[in-house]
Amino acid sequence: MKENKQPLLSVNNLNVAVQDRTLINNLSFQILPATLTCVTGENGVGKTTMVKAILKNFNKNNAVKVNLKRSQLQYVPQFRNIDNDYPLTVKDFISLGLQHSIIPWLSKREKALVSKVIKMTNLEALAKTPLGNCSGGEQQRVFLAQALVSEPKLLILDESTASLDKEAKFLLLDMVKQVIKKTHTAVVFITHDPVLVQTYGDYDLNIYNHQGTISKIKGVK
Amino acid sequence: MLDMFSYPFMQYAFIASFFISVLCGLMGVFVVARKTAFFTHTLSEISFSGASFGVFLGTNPIIGMLIFTVLSSLMIGTVGSKVSRRESSISVFSVLFIGLGILFLSLANSQSSYATNILFGSIVGISLNNVTTLVALSILIILVIVLIYRKLKYNSFDDIGASFNSRANTFVSIVFLILLACTVSVTAQIVGSLLIFALLTIPASSAKYFVHSIWGMTLLSFLFSLIGTWVGLYLSFITNLPVSFFIALIETIIYIIAVLYDKVTRI
Repeated sequence: MKENKQPLLSVNNLNVAVQDRTLINNLSFQILPATLTCVTGENGVGKTTMVKAILKNFNKNNAVKVNLKRSQLQYVPQFRNIDNDYPLTVKDFISLGLQHSIIPWLSKREKALVSKVIKMTNLEALAKTPLGNCSGGEQQRVFLAQALVSEPKLLILDESTASLDKEAKFLLLDMVKQVIKKTHTAVVFITHDPVLVQTYGDYDLNIYNHQGTISKIKGVK
Repeated sequence: MLDMFSYPFMQYAFIASFFISVLCGLMGVFVVARKTAFFTHTLSEISFSGASFGVFLGTNPIIGMLIFTVLSSLMIGTVGSKVSRRESSISVFSVLFIGLGILFLSLANSQSSYATNILFGSIVGISLNNVTTLVALSILIILVIVLIYRKLKYNSFDDIGASFNSRANTFVSIVFLILLACTVSVTAQIVGSLLIFALLTIPASSAKYFVHSIWGMTLLSFLFSLIGTWVGLYLSFITNLPVSFFIALIETIIYIIAVLYDKVTRI
């Protein structure tokens, strides 16, 4: 890709704070297209808070420089309150992510896009199932698919594998890797799981003792 | 059976029920998805209070109703919907506004029947004028919903996702609450707030067990409201018992069937 050298996101000396408590000092890192960056660190070091700080400062100052429109960044939050009688089908839930147009019905192109994403995330068999009837692993795939229909250039996954069993974790990450390969989307993946970081990550942004350090993961070709 | 249509008030009641069902189908699906059913109930009490205030000021009660309901919707929309769902804040709101309503009525010392009609109004007491108002309101609400439809559905059916990935969420919530305030104030003075609360929440809560798309739920909620009101009107005509009772009963039966259907199909 021609744009490969230019970072999608540059964070420069960002201070991440909750109220008046600083969690991370002078954080600086860059995200390149078509890479998977894992954000690691203990509970409470400020991983999610960091993402929220990035969203809040989105191109507002020098601390967060983003080479994208806001709609090209999708954040998949850790928790969503889906009750087991949640009515919408998987397909309709995924379509909620289509926000580029204001016409109430979906265009041909949008319908094709939804089908493509459903195929990519291996949800064809579940497309007409109400989301409330899906398992935790299936729901995470649906959340990923909803983010993908807006054709993001940068995708932030917040602990998407936290409540999944081993098999579902690898399944989801395999899918994320496929997406990166096909669409050149950059992915920032917040996780606790060292095995996943080693298996799938290109970069590791480790947050420890109020400092963030980014490093290339060994063994990545 | 057909002789009931020889009375103009029955004709109006059937036509009005149709448009009330349109409104309740459209709004109800979002009310239920946003889990704001109880705020809807509170809104009808707020509109009672607003009407009493209108009577107290000596102006048209509908002005008082709109001022009270729209202002409280703005307030709830700005404070955030989480607060409006909290049980205790709903109780506080209800109690305060019923209290205020009674205060204004006693201070006004006249025409109290108008305001109490809002709590216990009747669908058979409506005029051609009321029907026109309902048609106009239906058109207005359809137009606004069409304009904000994509953002409204994202915000209603995935509020957490929308809060990060969609803009203008607060604006959309406030617009929706204002539409709801208008729906409740205009319809409550025609058919009473009990009926509006029932028709805004029960058909949509039942529909979601049968169909799983927004259009499907809207259509089915509309049908459930229409069946309830039309059959209720007929039963009331032949038995001379209150319509509201029959409508509430029919909607409850539909809901019970829906829950049972869900239990059976889940096995």
